[in-house]
Amino acid sequence: MMLYFLCLVLFCVGLYGVLRKRNLVKIIIGLGIMEYAMNLFFVLLGYRFNGRAPIVAKDQNILNMVDPLPQALVLTSIVIGLGVTALVISIAIRIYEKYGTFDITKIKRLKG
Amino acid sequence: MELHILLIFMIFAAIVAIEVKDLLSSVIAVGAVGFALCLAFLVLKAPDLAITQLVVEILCLIILIRATINKDLPLVIEGRWIFNTFSTLGFIAVFLLFSWLALKELPGFGEPIMAVVKKYLQEGVSKTGSVNIVTAVILDFRAYDTLGEATVLFTSVIGIMAILRKPGRKK
Repeated sequence: MMLYFLCLVLFCVGLYGVLRKRNLVKIIIGLGIMEYAMNLFFVLLGYRFNGRAPIVAKDQNILNMVDPLPQALVLTSIVIGLGVTALVISIAIRIYEKYGTFDITKIKRLKG
Repeated sequence: MELHILLIFMIFAAIVAIEVKDLLSSVIAVGAVGFALCLAFLVLKAPDLAITQLVVEILCLIILIRATINKDLPLVIEGRWIFNTFSTLGFIAVFLLFSWLALKELPGFGEPIMAVVKKYLQEGVSKTGSVNIVTAVILDFRAYDTLGEATVLFTSVIGIMAILRKPGRKK
């Protein structure tokens, strides 16, 4: 319970960065922190006390393994997060080349 | 207990990453968050995730440093600073309150329900031949998800190439 709440506090730190900061790189970092917090939350939901990694062994049964399904989904999510970060960073680099700043209040001209 | 320490360290490093002035220091701090997340996956008995997170974190750091090198600018904070900060913090407090109420309905930490995965665990070895259940799920039972993931990755690569290419000559 406390762990879930700490995980949500980490999510809120990222949310604060996205909502409050004016630098584009800070906003991207906030997005990354939110993504980390969500991945961690899903894996925390599947943890079992004294469980083992989900690899089948001789004396293994259902009651002493952690839940492998959130791990499989989070594996997909991590890789997609890399794609999202790379795309957003490339857009930020392009904006910097065009406007010479990362400050979002100074990027007003939307014409190409 | 070690999970609590790791999470508090991650929250601290995230606050540093958000609040520090220099952009390069901020990127290094977010790298600290990512590597602590890798350790947390190891503690939570998810070795596949830890390996993937390590590789992805290194790639993310390289990309972020490419974006921020030689480009750190002083941030100007002007007008309505107090109003903006307090309204954001108030919104986050409301979010945390409702999430606290919602967390009471979840199963407690350490006792997952595992209703869906029971079938995969019983039939995994005989149907797929893989002793690692995570690999069995990701490459056999839910292979279409993995195909979609590869599609998303290639789409993002196409997007990056379209954004970052040099404009061609005009005729």
